[in-house]
Amino acid sequence: MSKYYLNYLDELESEAIYILREVWAQFQNPVILFSGGKDSIVVTHLAKKAFFPSKIPFALMHVDTGHNFPETIRFRDDLITSLGVRLIVGSVQESIDTGRVAEEKGKNATRNALQITTLLDAIEGNKVDCAIGGGRRDEEKARAKERFFSHRDDFGQWDPKNQRPELWNLFNGKHFEGEHFRAFPISNWTEMDVWNYIKRENIEIPSLYFAHEREVVWRNSSWIPNSEFLQLDGSEKIETKKIRFRTLGDITITGGIESDADTVEKIAQEVAAMRQTERGNRSDDKRSETAMEDRKKQGYF
Amino acid sequence: MLDNNQLLRFTTAGSVDDGKSTLIGRLLYDSKSIFEDQLEAIENTSKQKGHEGVDLALFTDGLRDEREQGITIDVAYRYFTTPKRKFIIADTPGHIQYTRNMVTGASTANAAIILVDARHGVIEQTKRHAFIASLLQIPHIIVCVNKMDLVDFKEEAYNKVITQFEEFSSKLLVKDVRFIPISALLGDNVVNRSENMHWYQGAPMLHTLETMHISSDINKVDARFPVQTVLRPQSEQYRDYRGYAGRVASGVFRKGDEVTVLPSGFTSKIKSIDVNEEELDEAFAPMSVSITLEDEIDISRGDMIARSNNKPEPRQDVEAMLCWLHNDPAKPRAKYTIRHTSNEQKAMIKEVIYKIDINTLNRKPEDIQLGMNDICKVKIRTTKPLLVDAYRENRTTGSFILVDESTNETVAAGMVV
Repeated sequence: MSKYYLNYLDELESEAIYILREVWAQFQNPVILFSGGKDSIVVTHLAKKAFFPSKIPFALMHVDTGHNFPETIRFRDDLITSLGVRLIVGSVQESIDTGRVAEEKGKNATRNALQITTLLDAIEGNKVDCAIGGGRRDEEKARAKERFFSHRDDFGQWDPKNQRPELWNLFNGKHFEGEHFRAFPISNWTEMDVWNYIKRENIEIPSLYFAHEREVVWRNSSWIPNSEFLQLDGSEKIETKKIRFRTLGDITITGGIESDADTVEKIAQEVAAMRQTERGNRSDDKRSETAMEDRKKQGYF
Repeated sequence: MLDNNQLLRFTTAGSVDDGKSTLIGRLLYDSKSIFEDQLEAIENTSKQKGHEGVDLALFTDGLRDEREQGITIDVAYRYFTTPKRKFIIADTPGHIQYTRNMVTGASTANAAIILVDARHGVIEQTKRHAFIASLLQIPHIIVCVNKMDLVDFKEEAYNKVITQFEEFSSKLLVKDVRFIPISALLGDNVVNRSENMHWYQGAPMLHTLETMHISSDINKVDARFPVQTVLRPQSEQYRDYRGYAGRVASGVFRKGDEVTVLPSGFTSKIKSIDVNEEELDEAFAPMSVSITLEDEIDISRGDMIARSNNKPEPRQDVEAMLCWLHNDPAKPRAKYTIRHTSNEQKAMIKEVIYKIDINTLNRKPEDIQLGMNDICKVKIRTTKPLLVDAYRENRTTGSFILVDESTNETVAAGMVV
């Protein structure tokens, strides 16, 4: 066999770097949407590689729901300092305080849907014309239809049935004033690819991904962490379990799985043997069959 | 999974009636790429719809309208991995905006799977699929003769399809065509070898996809490097660094190579090839790297670096096959933005030479209206020369898109003749 071929991880990396550079070339003020989760960490790592020896030319934008894992915020701040990039925070609490959105009520209340308004306000307020996300097409069925360069109208909405065709490696980021784009450099990666890449590149990730002892409650078929925001009903009780998180979202909705995987190698092995999708532990996706599509149309990540 | 495993992209052509969704569902299911919660969701939906057993076709439904109407609207991408390769499927719908979607899915594919119903043989739609696959120069075509269970797994039915297909594909430019008799519904020759067709000596579909040679799918001869952006770090340590960032479109570049920068024509030597903090001796397609040169030359986005003894011809008049992708028809002599590699210019469709009837493959020189899903041969003139190669030889430097400036929509895909 010829030596001139790339393995799958190199090819995915090369594609992602190409897209990040294309974003930089085609837009005036792009940002990376940074959640503190592994996917946005990988995108940030790729951006570092894409522009080295220059610094990452994008600010990181974090939509802060106020319902964070403290570990995530610490991780974010350390990363910002080490990369020397600017951080933009959009605060859901502020959106609530200023009456832009109203808090959900009841035991299953989350701030997940409220983020949409905060995100769109932050995009508009900072004159962002392209928000780079860590979304992957294998995550969810609506995301399987997502473009690398995904257009949003001046209300921030996605029109999945009327997307621009994307051919070869030619991306069209042209837009009118007030509209913006979302760009997804790791569209073609799967959860397994992400873990194999984290392992190969030795990328630092928040401790929450590794197995640890934590106070949790069993709800909607996963272990929801105890926090100041958790409301218990009569039948639920707090237990201590050794768990880890497969995805990171709000502390109120991110369910953990029981696990002993405390290294990236062990996590990669565990993920390879998994029989459930990673978003299976996210109660935000369980609300309806098309929960993700509905949120995405409105402007969600 | 081994670290040197390759990535293979393939597209599936066919309509719901050919069993395309069932085939993809079968492939994912038998290769154990479906998760329990996905399977559970599909089982529930199958029950609600009153289907017997699990309807594997439901795995490929995505959007709300698609689930409600039982059709696929847009290209969807699926992923699976075997111990031998990682696969990306561009699942293109059979009904609405067929050509537009298949052209999109085909543009990056290594292989096309064309489904033929064993009962009906090669029909107009099959010819359309094969034509688009050849137009887009998909390197490998696998014709899956499906529903073999409905023709009692008889070899004659399979042979008939081969004869029919070869009869008309001789007129097309296809390099590698294989035939496999399958039953997507029952799983014969998809992942597992069929127990019902001992007369078939070839490999099942998955094994074929896992082992076909794809390293030569990209042009490794003509070195082309379109510059995406220039890296000029502000730090003390790299004060003199000037890196040309881009993705090798084709061929191989080595440190010390004599190169010419186009369109300026200045020559220099490659000083270094960098990725992150690593310095490489060579870079080949499709690697993303940063190249530095021995001499200070004015280079910016849209320029191309090529080896001095093998350069693309700068051309202002280009003949191309154009596939129209938008509801608004082409406006005669209107100006469009043309995007070719990292270069962007104004362009005009000067002449429509003929339209292709994609059902008969006949050329129609009298029909020169360009509407949605039409494929035409055209003459294009650009404001400044493009650095093109023939699409047949180079899928990256031979392709372009047209953007309508009044709507910003991508309206056409072009392949340089």
